[in-house]
Amino acid sequence: MTCTEFLALLDDLIDDSVAAEARAELELHLRRCGHCEVILNTTRKTIEIYRSHQIYDLPAGLRERLHAAIMARCKKGC
Amino acid sequence: MSAIQPIAGELEPHPDVALVDRVRGGDVSAYDALVRKYERQIFRIAQHITQNREDAEDVMQDAFLKAYEKLDQFQGNSKFYTWLVRIAVNESLMRLRKRRTGKMVSIDEDVETEEGSVPRDLADWAPDPEQNYTQAELGRVLEKTIKGLPPGFKVVFELRDVQGLSTEDTAEALGLSIPAVKSRLLRARLQLRERLSRYFRNKRGAKK
Repeated sequence: MTCTEFLALLDDLIDDSVAAEARAELELHLRRCGHCEVILNTTRKTIEIYRSHQIYDLPAGLRERLHAAIMARCKKGC
Repeated sequence: MSAIQPIAGELEPHPDVALVDRVRGGDVSAYDALVRKYERQIFRIAQHITQNREDAEDVMQDAFLKAYEKLDQFQGNSKFYTWLVRIAVNESLMRLRKRRTGKMVSIDEDVETEEGSVPRDLADWAPDPEQNYTQAELGRVLEKTIKGLPPGFKVVFELRDVQGLSTEDTAEALGLSIPAVKSRLLRARLQLRERLSRYFRNKRGAKK
């Protein structure tokens, strides 16, 4: 397996949706290729960091404003 | 085995269906529950697309109001959240088009970015690299890093990797094909990794 072939299956590997046969080939490639191992680990870490440190928090008061807008709309006709 | 067991979740209606039914029956508090459940996610999607806090606030409000008004058009064959995301994405794009007067902005445009998807930075990262930053610093790094990605990449990454939607639900929410979602996700992941490497690479190792 080449690095390009490895990259093509990177997402499937991360999402754990690789067939057993392909997984064995990917794992063999990983044992031999330090670069691809770094790419896999740091891509996994990228996802993990974005998942655990969620950006763009809800501004204070927005929920209340939205609630008031929904109630106002509702009074008009619902 | 005497009987075929149903696949878990297949026959159980999604909990949102019951809430939607209550709203249709006139119970506004059920809509409040839906808002509370999804407000953060919808706000982040709007921020990713509009790149502007005020616009994102307006989009979030308009999307929830529009969804409320159009609830009769919501059909149970799609999930409420994917339907809501679709409304929020359209609202975000409309807002962006207004701001950029005339310039076309689209989520399904397949952008070839300069970075492409060939990893160049192959240095390993420090162990737990986020520990070297305060929460506020890390937040700025993550925002700055994702900001430059095309809108379609950001939203696919947000839905699939941050919010944990399936490829199929992401495709439905964004009106994209499954291969298009997959291709954007790979490029988003690789480009974010590449950009984060500048901050997180193992500096001690690099000096050796």
